[in-house]
Amino acid sequence: MLSYTLKRLLQAIPTLLIVITISFFLMRVAPGGPFDGERQLPPEIEANLMAAYHLDEPLPMQYLRYMGNLIQGDFGPSFKYKDFSVTELIAQGFPVSLEIGGLAILLALLLGLPLGIAAALKRNSTVDYLVMGTALTGIAVPNFVIAPIFALVFGVLLGWLPAGGWNGGALPNLILPVVALSIQQIAYIARMMRASMIEVLGSHFIRTARAKGLNEGEVIWRHAIRPALLPVVSYLGPAIAGIITGSVVIEQIFGIPGIGRYFVQGALNRDYTLVMGTVVFYGILIVVMNLIVDLLYSALDPQIRYDD
Amino acid sequence: MISRSTLAAFGGLALTALALPAQATTVNIANGSEPGTLDPQKTSGVWETRITRSLFERLVSYAADGSLVPGLAESWEISDDGRTYTFHLRDAEWSDGEPITADDAVFALRRVLAPETANHNANLYYPIEGGHEVNTGDAGPESLGVEASDARTLVVHLTQPTAWFLQALAMTEAAPLPEHVLADSDDGWVQPGSTVSSGAFTLSEWQPQSRIVVTKNAHYFDADDVAVDEAVFYPIDDKQSSLNRFRTGEIDIAYDSVPASRFDWVQENLSDALRVGPLIAEYFYMFNLRDDQPLADARVREALNLAVRRDVITQQIMGQGQTSSYWYVPRGTANAPQGEMDFAELSMDERMARAKSLMEEAGYGPDNPLQLTLNYNTLEDHKKVAVAVAAMWKPLGVEVDLVNAEAAVHYTTIREGNFEVARYGMVATIDDPYDFLNAYADNGSASRASGYRDETYDELVAESTRELDADKRRDLMTQAQQRLLDDYALLPLYDYVSAHLVSPDLTGWESNSMDVHPLRYLKETD
Repeated sequence: MLSYTLKRLLQAIPTLLIVITISFFLMRVAPGGPFDGERQLPPEIEANLMAAYHLDEPLPMQYLRYMGNLIQGDFGPSFKYKDFSVTELIAQGFPVSLEIGGLAILLALLLGLPLGIAAALKRNSTVDYLVMGTALTGIAVPNFVIAPIFALVFGVLLGWLPAGGWNGGALPNLILPVVALSIQQIAYIARMMRASMIEVLGSHFIRTARAKGLNEGEVIWRHAIRPALLPVVSYLGPAIAGIITGSVVIEQIFGIPGIGRYFVQGALNRDYTLVMGTVVFYGILIVVMNLIVDLLYSALDPQIRYDD
Repeated sequence: MISRSTLAAFGGLALTALALPAQATTVNIANGSEPGTLDPQKTSGVWETRITRSLFERLVSYAADGSLVPGLAESWEISDDGRTYTFHLRDAEWSDGEPITADDAVFALRRVLAPETANHNANLYYPIEGGHEVNTGDAGPESLGVEASDARTLVVHLTQPTAWFLQALAMTEAAPLPEHVLADSDDGWVQPGSTVSSGAFTLSEWQPQSRIVVTKNAHYFDADDVAVDEAVFYPIDDKQSSLNRFRTGEIDIAYDSVPASRFDWVQENLSDALRVGPLIAEYFYMFNLRDDQPLADARVREALNLAVRRDVITQQIMGQGQTSSYWYVPRGTANAPQGEMDFAELSMDERMARAKSLMEEAGYGPDNPLQLTLNYNTLEDHKKVAVAVAAMWKPLGVEVDLVNAEAAVHYTTIREGNFEVARYGMVATIDDPYDFLNAYADNGSASRASGYRDETYDELVAESTRELDADKRRDLMTQAQQRLLDDYALLPLYDYVSAHLVSPDLTGWESNSMDVHPLRYLKETD
């Protein structure tokens, strides 16, 4: 299994290189540069800015310079946030995004899985309709609708929780963003768990288990849930990578200092180094999460083995 | 509203308690975006200068109403020919106790023009002898016409008299910098713990995307009159979020935090906090005047101007007190030129009749409609205005294609001259018509983008810059602007306003057209 893991990590290197190269050139193909704003600069001053960031060099040269620095672990200075390197920005923001996203996923699993299982067991009952109806609503109502409503209702009108702000990660400041971020995940996980549970419950080995005279609880706990988790686990890999890298909507509405906003703002500001930094970071996370998912598979399904 | 923390209550914070009075006044500010930098010579946005202005005092500073008052220089003389400025520095100290000297001022002016600093507003210091050459790298910083004749006297030599030069010195870009801190390296020098400041506040905490805290500087020359002990700047991009946090009392001053759709509600419910004031900024449509363009024809430009009802846009679409504009330089600017487009007094019927006949003369009509593309940067308000303007042009037989793009793309399109009509928002950097007028002069940004060239205009603008008599200068600027207006070189829509929320518990915050609100004047009422 160790050699399998190593092999997978080595395979990721060319993938990441391709991702980095494509992103680098795509970013430069986009019209507009980091200094194009409402205030149009005199040519002399623009020339100084371009030179200060090596943007006056030919593109292949810039690419080589970037790759050279990257190999040494240097993402370069952010164009927009000049007092910080991209590495510093990610290092400061990621723990925050990880905390919010991690809690949201945890909450989603704690609520989504039991709801999905309950709905599957009580198929076509009131419980099922309620759970699935709520889940559909949860999927249909996006973050940017839920979050401002939460802030307004619980923050401003009722005054139970802070309407925004990070406050060093104090619990009251965490609740609204975590809940707002988890709602869609709860809905997805509940739906997925229900569907996969129904499928498993109808399969031969469950029939066999029942025929052996096992009681229903044991059938479900010992035999049904584990295989039913497989699709949820494969969904969770990329979903976790997506959620712990932050949500620009949640961060902006609740004023959370995570890295989600860098993905969007970096691109809008043409902050080339910041965009590249987030792309590389996200790429690595996806690779790692997919690997973890594959390793979890073998733990959940005895038919899957990664032989050395 | 203003959080008062009784620091004495925390036994463990005895040291802090010594530095601050027992009852500390903290002002919480919703400051828009996260600063890109706090190096006063590398900033590019108002959300940055709002902070750097509290950290770095200039030779010439702002009063609460935005007018100029002595700062680190207690007095100055301007020679009769207007080319030599002599500043007498007061006895003041950096926050580390070192004296602030004329050498620090020389150091800062050389640095702001050094090409590697890549300062955005360096052109405001080109009037200094050698300024342009230093900035383009053709001469070394030592050749700049600034000298410290003694520790407390700074002499600045200009190539020509420049009416707005003191305004340029009031910008944070020109603030003296601590040479003793920066001489070796300026890498990340404006960070809590490693920076040294000259303003009413020092930087004590910076958590990116979360908060920036500035604390009263005991070494500031006017520290006795500074009532605020601490200010916290929160980067809150989302207007609705900062409005929410203002309503809960968490925020005391919320800059630009009234979403257009909520303006009426705020006016009704937060009227004691809402501060609306004129701003030196103009919303206009830039025309592409190049020969191969449809708008090379002045008759068409006049007709398009005639047909636009500014009052509908300012009152029904914007509705925040914007002033309909028939001029280019915002009227809130100090010494603003007078005059307006010649049809401003006509009735709408007269205007439309004249517009239609002009279009006919130019060869356009129902059978041969004028096709125009109108570019704007993606924003709901810009879209509403564009749709309204297109509808107003329709009776002239003008068919408009609306094109929106994100800001970086939009401004590149303008810079490269790839447009016919483009939405533009121009904001002044100094309280003077110079920024605006110069943009349409030879090699100015608007001239390069739109293809506008008028040697008489250039000459009038240059002459007005050299003229030190305010009345004569205004006459020259009025003549210059009138040439632009009589040529219908652009389509002005309105003068911007600023809309901020300020806790009624604070005094010393005054609306002004430069939109500068130094923290040092804020006081809390009991």
